Amino acid sequence: MSETPSELLYTKSHEWVRDEGDGTVTVGITDHAQEMLGDLVFVDPPEVGERVDAGADCAVVESVKAASDVYSPVTGEVVAINETIQDAPETINEDAFGDGWLFQVKLSDPSELEELLDADSYAAMIEEED
Amino acid sequence: MPFIPHTKADINEMLAAIGADDIDDLFDEIPQELRCGELEKIPSALAEMEVNRLMQGRAREDGQALCFIGAGAYDHHIPAAVWQLATRGEYYTAYTPYQAEASQGTLQLLYEYQSMMTALTAMDVSNASLYDGASALAEAVLMAVRGNRKSKSKRILVPRSLHPAYRRVTHSIVRNQGIELVELAYDKETGQIDMSRLEDHAGQDYAALVIPQPNFFGILETVDELTDWAHANGMLVIAVVNPIALAILQPPGEWGILGADICCGEGQPLGAPLASGGPYFGFLCCSQALVRQMPGRIIGRTVDLDGKPGFALTLQAREQHIRRSKATSNICTNQGLVVTAATIHMALMGAEGLARVASACHANTLKLTRALFSLPGVQPVFKGRVFHEKVLRLPLNPANALRSLAAHNVLGGYDLSDDYPELGDAILVCATELRSDEDIENYRGKLERVIESQISTPCQLKPDW
Amino acid sequence: MLIYEQSKQGRRATSQSPLNEVDLSSIPEALRRKRAPQLPEVSEMQAVRHYTRLSQKNFSIDTHFYPLGSCTMKYNPRAANSLASLPGFLSRHPLAPETHSQGFMACLYELQEILKEVTGMHAVSLSPAAGAQGEFAGVAMIRAYHDTRGDTERKEILVPDAAHGTNPASAVMCGYKVREIPTGEDGDIDVDALQKALGPQTAGIMLTNPSTVGVFERRIKEIAARVHEAGGLLYYDGANLNAILGKVRPGDMGFDVIHMNLHKTFSTPHGGGGPGAGPVGVSKRLEPYLPVPMVDYDSTDYVWLTEKQRPQSIGRLTAFAGNAGVLLRAYVYARLLGREGMHRVAEFSTLNANYLFKRLMQAGFDAAYPERRASHEFILTLRRQAKQLGVNAMDFAKRMLDYGVHAPTTYFPLLISECLLIEPTETEAKEDLDHFIEVMTAIKQEAEHEPIRVKQAPHNLPVKRLDDVRAARDLDLSFVKRQSNR
Repeated sequence: MSETPSELLYTKSHEWVRDEGDGTVTVGITDHAQEMLGDLVFVDPPEVGERVDAGADCAVVESVKAASDVYSPVTGEVVAINETIQDAPETINEDAFGDGWLFQVKLSDPSELEELLDADSYAAMIEEED
Repeated sequence: MPFIPHTKADINEMLAAIGADDIDDLFDEIPQELRCGELEKIPSALAEMEVNRLMQGRAREDGQALCFIGAGAYDHHIPAAVWQLATRGEYYTAYTPYQAEASQGTLQLLYEYQSMMTALTAMDVSNASLYDGASALAEAVLMAVRGNRKSKSKRILVPRSLHPAYRRVTHSIVRNQGIELVELAYDKETGQIDMSRLEDHAGQDYAALVIPQPNFFGILETVDELTDWAHANGMLVIAVVNPIALAILQPPGEWGILGADICCGEGQPLGAPLASGGPYFGFLCCSQALVRQMPGRIIGRTVDLDGKPGFALTLQAREQHIRRSKATSNICTNQGLVVTAATIHMALMGAEGLARVASACHANTLKLTRALFSLPGVQPVFKGRVFHEKVLRLPLNPANALRSLAAHNVLGGYDLSDDYPELGDAILVCATELRSDEDIENYRGKLERVIESQISTPCQLKPDW
Repeated sequence: MLIYEQSKQGRRATSQSPLNEVDLSSIPEALRRKRAPQLPEVSEMQAVRHYTRLSQKNFSIDTHFYPLGSCTMKYNPRAANSLASLPGFLSRHPLAPETHSQGFMACLYELQEILKEVTGMHAVSLSPAAGAQGEFAGVAMIRAYHDTRGDTERKEILVPDAAHGTNPASAVMCGYKVREIPTGEDGDIDVDALQKALGPQTAGIMLTNPSTVGVFERRIKEIAARVHEAGGLLYYDGANLNAILGKVRPGDMGFDVIHMNLHKTFSTPHGGGGPGAGPVGVSKRLEPYLPVPMVDYDSTDYVWLTEKQRPQSIGRLTAFAGNAGVLLRAYVYARLLGREGMHRVAEFSTLNANYLFKRLMQAGFDAAYPERRASHEFILTLRRQAKQLGVNAMDFAKRMLDYGVHAPTTYFPLLISECLLIEPTETEAKEDLDHFIEVMTAIKQEAEHEPIRVKQAPHNLPVKRLDDVRAARDLDLSFVKRQSNR
């Protein structure tokens, strides 16, 4: 049974978003996503300084059985990427919502956060998928 | 019924188990109007002995001419053990190693192949092969466009002195993805890439520069200079090389300061017979940084549940069966059997053996061209140093000359006048380690007579086997 | 042990290389290699023994039943190998003049004609080097057709969600967007969904019939009509041609372009992963775009058709004439089979598949489409076993290896969870099929009573289950590189 922390926001494509309160958000993939992918072997992150658009793919996470696109939940500029997961992609499997974060984006349009799913909606969605 | 073992009793038992009266019932979901007729245009079955006779006649018909053509396919000695081993049923009839535990033979062999190719090319990684050298170049171009993050253009600099078929194949494969191949001139004197024309492209956005070594004319390029120039201008370097030449020439991984980024070429010289053009195999190698952009199968070494070393397909998530429309390529098969032969070939030849082959080819080609230059009107075209092929100018129309030679069972070379009209009456000749002094004298004598007898009348002889 | 680990400095197979020593005096020093490449240094016997022993670690058609769905692992006739390897064929340079190629070209021409007839297409090119290259050629021809007519708004290719990965990959390589059409509950494509997806943006659809789920697409004529009406073309993926060879022709079903897999349907050897060959066939309107080269006959001689004679061709896909040796093997097979033998291929591959299908269902396995006829292959799903016993399709597959049977295709098509796609082919005898049923039954019982045995399989092979996570994480792709990294 995957976790779904209530303070985060979610996308239909299994990303989570944490509003840092200073105009930036942290993005990662959910526990459900890492479970489906299996042991992760590689992460191909966006570049710092790169502009990302909501709904567009900007990174890839790879396991032995799948290479999955990660879609940016918001529009803005990438201000940081998680360096530790480059050498240890299994961190995402172990702690998808914490140390397994992928990148941080400076929002160009904070209202986009309203389009995202809350924890209950996301939990219901993955419940239905099973 | 060839290869179908069913007896009448078998058929009846099986139909009974299925609950059908007739084999035809099993096709009842297929609309009747779709059933095809008798297929009269297909000939009736032949017994194996009849097919033997047919094929032996056809093979004989093509004669076995004395071959001085290179142009991308080379006549080398292949140790007898190579194909005897490669056609063992366990290699010949095995499938792709998807069930790794049941395919450790093939997988270990491919890992050894990858190892040997990284040694030969001095690159970090090799894949387990692509279809041929030309399509490998197309894949290298796609890789460079994907992998060169700094470049926004989809333009590649390609020398005119690169094999014409390679340029055509690459164009066929990449053009629907908006990639443009920009032609780079060669120096008319040396036959090498024209450095002054190269400078015209400096500071512009190209994803990669393709550097052949040797080039299609057999000429050796100044690879260090070219590699450094490309890197200084933000381009990746794609090396297109001959694997036998690599036994004695500086390998792409050591070109310039940083080495080539991607390296590809035709593997046929490593144990594949000329065989009318295939199956051959394309090799593709790259730097560690580009490994996830590399198409095709890749074998990795790992361990099993007991910690025992073993081999498996890896990085499969890049491939079509998983990534589908985002795959690095649509490639599925590799050239397995031919690579099996190449690996055994390299193990038998070793570095010293391949170096001797390279040296003998180089020496024989120089012997051949010296012999031919003694004939009136036969001249070198380029000043540059060659590996094992050379361009000659003839005092008569090349098509006629080659036709006359062929009528005497000598395949004198490749006619360049279609692909390189600017060279005039020119051919490309090659003498591998298999061409003896007698063979060379044979060619020289026949060409002498051809030149003497007529300069403009086409030879009327038609071979009659 | 690797061949490298048996090397000893200075050792080599001296009779295999020229006797003259290396002389590089006329190669500029700056261009010469500074250090010899690190290749094995072994004697001839060491190499022979090593590669012989390695071969003995493989499963192969020659040694094991190999019911890999969608791969058509039928017997590879030995005559095909010996005849394709006759000295006259083997020593012929690809650029030899036509005067010295008539024998070889006759074989290719006749193969073209046979393939035309058996598939019901108007013209055939043998040049693509593999099924995937054939697919690329097919989609590229569709694009060339639309582009020539100025119909450039057609930017989408439709594929069923059950399609083989090479289909969408090939479409993207040709610059198209891919749209997936769902497969219905009964195994046929959802024609209503298809109709909704059709429009002026449709370049074409890629289908296989029987489909990847192992059943015949019953409404194919209607599908063809609808796609054509929308202005699109139909592409046939020939992976499953074995199910209908000699019985039904893709051309008659309405397909405009097809590719064939000679390494499946025409029994050329799989060789541990290749080489294959993927000839393409077309209807009349696509003929100008066929990839070159092809062979033609001008009433006295065989002649090549190249870029010169076919200016509208999508071009050349390999430097020479494709996998010539594979084409010769397919030709020999086609002559051994003849017209009568081709009819039998569909009949007996289908008989064998339906027999296994029925018997395995009786043995308690769940089929994905129990109400349908099997084509030349069928799907079992181990969803129930995975849920109830924790034993999944991968575990079953690995345990089968212990019993001396190569596992069927697993986890393809992606549509059916925990699936086994089983294709016996026509060359297997009833006793071997019965043995397979026994093996499946035995493993099912093990799964119920002693699941750990299945979950940790294989036990009897040269290695146990391999760690493929480690293989991807700690990349070790070359012994030479690994050594130099130390």
